[in-house]
Amino acid sequence: MRQIGKKSLVLISALMLVLLAACGGNSSQSSGEGDKGGTINAKIGVISYLTGPGAAYGEAITNGFKLAQKEINEKGKVNIELVIEDSAGKQEQALSASQKLMSDDEIVALLGPTLSTEMNVVGPEADLNGIPIMGTSTTAEGIPQIGEYVFRNSIPEALAIPVAMEKAVKKYDVKKVALIYGNDDVFTKSGFDTMKEEVEKMDLEVVTTQTFQKGQSDYNAQLTKIKGLNPDLILASALYNEGAVIMDQARKMGITVPFVGGNGFNSPEVINIAGKAADGLFVATPWFSEKEDPKVQEFIKKYETEYGKKPDQFAAQAYDALYIMAEGLKNAGEADRDALRDALAEIKDLEGILGSFSFDKDGDVEMDPIVLTIKDGKFQIFE
Amino acid sequence: MLLEQLINGITLGSIYAIIALGFTLVFGVLGIINMAHGEIFMFGAFMGIIVTSTLKWPLWAAFLVAIAVTAILGYMLERFALRPLRGKQGVSHLAPLISTIGVSILLENISHHLFGAGNHPFRNSFAEINFQIGSITVYLVQIIIFVISIILMMALSYWLLRTKAGKALRATAENLETASILGVNTKKIIILTVIIASAMGGIAGILVGMAFNSVNPQMGLSMGLKGLAIIILGGMGNVKGAMAGGLILGLSETFVVAYGDSGYRDAIAFIIIIIILLVRPQGIFGQKSAAEGR
Repeated sequence: MRQIGKKSLVLISALMLVLLAACGGNSSQSSGEGDKGGTINAKIGVISYLTGPGAAYGEAITNGFKLAQKEINEKGKVNIELVIEDSAGKQEQALSASQKLMSDDEIVALLGPTLSTEMNVVGPEADLNGIPIMGTSTTAEGIPQIGEYVFRNSIPEALAIPVAMEKAVKKYDVKKVALIYGNDDVFTKSGFDTMKEEVEKMDLEVVTTQTFQKGQSDYNAQLTKIKGLNPDLILASALYNEGAVIMDQARKMGITVPFVGGNGFNSPEVINIAGKAADGLFVATPWFSEKEDPKVQEFIKKYETEYGKKPDQFAAQAYDALYIMAEGLKNAGEADRDALRDALAEIKDLEGILGSFSFDKDGDVEMDPIVLTIKDGKFQIFE
Repeated sequence: MLLEQLINGITLGSIYAIIALGFTLVFGVLGIINMAHGEIFMFGAFMGIIVTSTLKWPLWAAFLVAIAVTAILGYMLERFALRPLRGKQGVSHLAPLISTIGVSILLENISHHLFGAGNHPFRNSFAEINFQIGSITVYLVQIIIFVISIILMMALSYWLLRTKAGKALRATAENLETASILGVNTKKIIILTVIIASAMGGIAGILVGMAFNSVNPQMGLSMGLKGLAIIILGGMGNVKGAMAGGLILGLSETFVVAYGDSGYRDAIAFIIIIIILLVRPQGIFGQKSAAEGR
């Protein structure tokens, strides 16, 4: 018994020592790496979903970072070094990866993680440690509200859907809407909540609300009911896989009214699956690859030569995110975590490939998404 | 509206019925629940897409290819997953069930690799043929699905009850050993049964592809589970029961959506099944003695 007591005493004191060391590390934060002949050298940690079923997202995101890094470093004002860690899409792995990165005093900021669920555990930790963190693909409600040090540059659904709805409602003089959504998926459910809120705000009449489940193949019953009630517009919170089939079956049945979808509906796959039936879909998105902006086209060309495929929304968001970080570092004038946070919070009207970008008071995105509509089997900008 | 929903329900129900027919045939003869049936059905649907969309062959060729491929899959299922387990000492009666589950997972993963995840469209001019009755659009495919399901049911009943092969099959179902002593080539009969059941799955696959325009590697599982529920509802191993059960499930699912809440679609459909089973535990067309005999 006494021996056990002694041993645990040793253990406790050892733990205390570690704790002390950790505290010391934290308080003497990074301020080294200062200006050397005008260039700011900074190390930025990246947490991304690189292995597992969602690895394609992580790949696109890190490719976007690397491309931006190359360009930024060539310009010479800021020299960024990326330290990339894999989260495998898991909360606990994202957390330990972020802790590893945070404990490195030379790292001034974090980019990532990929999923909103991961951000929900990593964000508070980063905020506690006083290191700026920016999500590039986290669209769930409440992410930037986690803390002062948490930012994002990905447009949340709550911002994108209302913009698309507003334009469609105005154009088609909509009075009655029907809603349809997948009730077994957090993402489509939250999209539906946003739609419902917006419908109430716009004072539209909801004729019916229908649900479906992932992987369902027959939507005729729901659509027949919608058809009978004659709405002017259908709001569909669905992933593209189900959404495209819903549109196809709706058009076959003779439903001709436009559809408004969420972020999950925004994929060229919709056209592949539904063909002509996809005409009349509205989505709001920050990223449009056919935008006639030389910046956008140059990015696409560079990305294609570097990685052999077309960039998607995630690569574009990551690319812009690193530019935002570089701008923050430039304005801060030194590679310091607190100075960087303050500089980031003040970023306004920064021109990127996604458009003009600003942070609001919470560190959330303030920008106008583009509303796209499918016409003649192609995504086009809706005037 | 009512008429339209009725058509929707009958279409869905007929598809369920064709899938259930394949289930019930294998169960009736072998006493095995073939969990791979849904995946064989899914392969049939993909064959339809490959033949009509990629190879641009006519629709009848799609049916032939789908029937051929699913028949081969059925043969391989019997040869490699079921036969090695049959009549061996110490093999649990659950072993064939587990091995068909294994085959179903294998087939799903293979189709993931071959065809990719996600929905594939089924583009065929035949699937576009429709006519208007008032405000209702009826597709020829919907009628054909219903007709095919009826034809299949009647052909199967006739074959089972009136032909020599059908008699041999029923004898095998009754008692495998006795039938083989009496000169029935039970091995051949069993192979035949599994192949016919699988080919019916293939036909159902193409019909679903044409009706709903959505084919994906996961579609086998949900359809397979529905088929399973239907044969229990209709009476295990009963052909008419599969047909009736399929229509009941299809119609009740559709009408729950039409006059109730689509969120409860599956819940209410299955509550109906539970109620029917409480009243008639052997299923609608099931016979008590047969159920006890197994």
